[in-house]
Amino acid sequence: MIPARWISAPVGTSRWRTAGGAAKLKEKPAIAVVVGEPVVSEKILASGQFDELLRPILDRYCRDAGLLVEILRETQNVLGYLPAGALTVIAKAVGTPRARVEGVAGFYSFFHLEPVGRYRVLFSDNITDRMLGSAELLDRLCNKLWVERGKVSEDGLVSVDTTSCTGMCDQGPALLVNGRAMTRMSAERIGRIGELIRAQVPMSEWPNEYFLVEDNIRRRDTLLNSNWQEGEALKAAIARGAEGMLAEMKLSNLRGRGGAGFTTHIKWESARRAAVHGERSARYVVCNADEGEPGTFKDRVLLTSYADLLFDGMSVAGFTIGATKGLLYLRGEYAYLLPQLEENLRNRRADGLLGNAVCGVAGLTFDIEIRLGAGAYVCGEETALLESLEGKRGVPRIRPPFPVTAGYLGQPTVVNNVETLCKAALIAVKGGAWFAGLGTKQSTGTKLLSISGDVEVPGIYEYPFGVSVEQVLNDCGAGNAQAVQISGPSGICLATHEFSRRIAFEDVPTAGAFMVFGAHRDMFEVARNFAHFFAHESCGFCTPCRVGTSLVANCMDKIGNGQGSPYEINEIFKIHRLLHVASHCGLGQAACNALFDTLHKFRPAYERRLRSLDFEPAFDLDEALAGARRMTGRDDPGAHFGLAARVSGGDA
Amino acid sequence: MNAAVPAPRKLRLATTSLAGCFGCHMSFLDIDERLLDLVDLIEFDRSPLTDIKHCGPCDIGLIEGGLCNAENIHVLREFRRNCKVLIAMGACAVNGGLPAQRNHIDLGQCLQEVYLTQPGLVGGQVPNDPELPLPLDKVHPIHEVVRIDYFIPGCPPSGDAIWKFLTDLLKGRTPRLGHPLLHFD
Repeated sequence: MIPARWISAPVGTSRWRTAGGAAKLKEKPAIAVVVGEPVVSEKILASGQFDELLRPILDRYCRDAGLLVEILRETQNVLGYLPAGALTVIAKAVGTPRARVEGVAGFYSFFHLEPVGRYRVLFSDNITDRMLGSAELLDRLCNKLWVERGKVSEDGLVSVDTTSCTGMCDQGPALLVNGRAMTRMSAERIGRIGELIRAQVPMSEWPNEYFLVEDNIRRRDTLLNSNWQEGEALKAAIARGAEGMLAEMKLSNLRGRGGAGFTTHIKWESARRAAVHGERSARYVVCNADEGEPGTFKDRVLLTSYADLLFDGMSVAGFTIGATKGLLYLRGEYAYLLPQLEENLRNRRADGLLGNAVCGVAGLTFDIEIRLGAGAYVCGEETALLESLEGKRGVPRIRPPFPVTAGYLGQPTVVNNVETLCKAALIAVKGGAWFAGLGTKQSTGTKLLSISGDVEVPGIYEYPFGVSVEQVLNDCGAGNAQAVQISGPSGICLATHEFSRRIAFEDVPTAGAFMVFGAHRDMFEVARNFAHFFAHESCGFCTPCRVGTSLVANCMDKIGNGQGSPYEINEIFKIHRLLHVASHCGLGQAACNALFDTLHKFRPAYERRLRSLDFEPAFDLDEALAGARRMTGRDDPGAHFGLAARVSGGDA
Repeated sequence: MNAAVPAPRKLRLATTSLAGCFGCHMSFLDIDERLLDLVDLIEFDRSPLTDIKHCGPCDIGLIEGGLCNAENIHVLREFRRNCKVLIAMGACAVNGGLPAQRNHIDLGQCLQEVYLTQPGLVGGQVPNDPELPLPLDKVHPIHEVVRIDYFIPGCPPSGDAIWKFLTDLLKGRTPRLGHPLLHFD
């Protein structure tokens, strides 16, 4: 999840934000999950006749431009990718300029405008996966399949590449095959997967254990110990009444668990008081389950084993603010959870917990719909998430207006993290005063930590706020940690002298990621991985971030390749400052955090790579003349840089 | 105290064109009569205006053009060694510019086609006189080879932009071009 700490977006007028594209959806369509292979023959693809093929999809989504992301996903499920002809058909059907449709299709990394192979293998590229040997496994699979990384094999069968963290850091190395999450990769498993792909075995026949995702809950506190019937929290909230529930929320002082720690009752109260408007006036509850921050996987566990609590929390929020609709924005990497979540919603409808007359209360209407993301970290930022829900590119909006007054479709919307909503359900049952008694003064309650990296027992740990980093490290068996990256690449890197600090908004705030690096790890490579992550995930809307994150990644590569100098370190500091003041949203503002921290706390890891204290070229000068030497047959001092030129008194 | 303040030392300025078209130098001349004001403040070292062949110790170096051959790199390094402040002037110096359009062509293939296999060529030979600098496999912007202190974008930067930049620098202000001088359409 992108920390909602990013609430300092510049103020101004938003040119791209429109409240149009109201959902005309009558019946909620079931979303097809990306598992298995596309169903269309190459002949149809070649013919370019997509109208007939796409009609059922377009009809199902009522040709609504607001559901463009869903339409594109299903189209890709059928065709394998998004050919230009299909985009034209879709653009015409939904009545949107074709450029906009292609703009959306080009934005999300799980949408492909070119064929990507019948099996698309994506290795999770988080630093924790790398530490478990993912890079070697990727090479191994490429060799086995005779493909070059990032290219489709000549027979169109397979492509192998990397993707940003898939949220399986506690059971990596992980990968996605055709969007399906797979865990605990090993040389043996990779070998077997290579064989399965070569033999073109359908994924439904692959060994089940490859797809096994474990919860790995290691420490339970109030949230993870809770075990009550679905609907209990909702009934408790209804018994308290909306104002009563708001009062409990205020008493609880619950703060958002997505990173920023904004006080939840203020959001709820603002949305409740905000005026609805237009023909389709309504209030919305949006659950942010786009858990994209590398190293975070707590929401995965809550969605897997505590979905009742989450849906109760969404319903409580809906009841309290007077919303009729809840939207769960699930990151594409967790698409495998969709069938069970849909099943859960069906049960709740059957049990009268969703739909009209919720819990038998006349006039109380609330239903929940699940939407899938398509591989864009920036959509964890709440306004980018809203854009994505509206079928657009996930470009963050300028705030104000805040979502509580003008959110989804321009209506009052509460956007809360998965964990926040689960906590709200707890508060509905047990009351705000009880909750406020846990944790610290400004950080009430407990926090789920997703612990991964060099620890004996990775997994989910729930602690009351205020726990020291040291205690957490002891509990998870991190014997020789030299650093902990808290709250992911956009968070803060703590070195040993800071392990007495505490997890709380007063000291070290976190969205949940807790990546531990042992003494043998190279903190430069950690930071370099993060730099490339941000360069890849920058949405490209604003120049400082789009260009700046790439410049930083280039600087890190130059240092990493042994061609760096203090100049590059200065450049990184310079760009860090620039990104802070000039970026459109928090992604850019946070992009250099880890570099800044590691440069201060682990500077020798950088300096030992520097080639000199002055500037060094970014490429090998003598090598750059090799082609010309070969062509001319020259080998005189003037045909060289370096030693030969120096001997002859030349300039090298 | 009305004692005459001694005239400040004239700053030394060197300029050169590497893989460029001299367009930036032409633009430099577009400061027109302000050139007379400029020579009150500076004196030229190596520059097409003086025909001095090698750069001596200077305050400011202005580089036009990117790096397409070995000589470009030698000259650039000579400038860096001698100039306290080194400036990339114009699109080619900043990004590689027009010459960098050859970067997607393999150098070997290119030389082969031009000098050996082109129809109508008889007994062709790739020029190999040691007097000729060898071409680099790719054209590079100058900041990839030496540290650059300032960048003046534009193809070419206008005479006004160059004037504003130099006068800022001479007066001891951090040069700022501002929007109008960075507006190219």
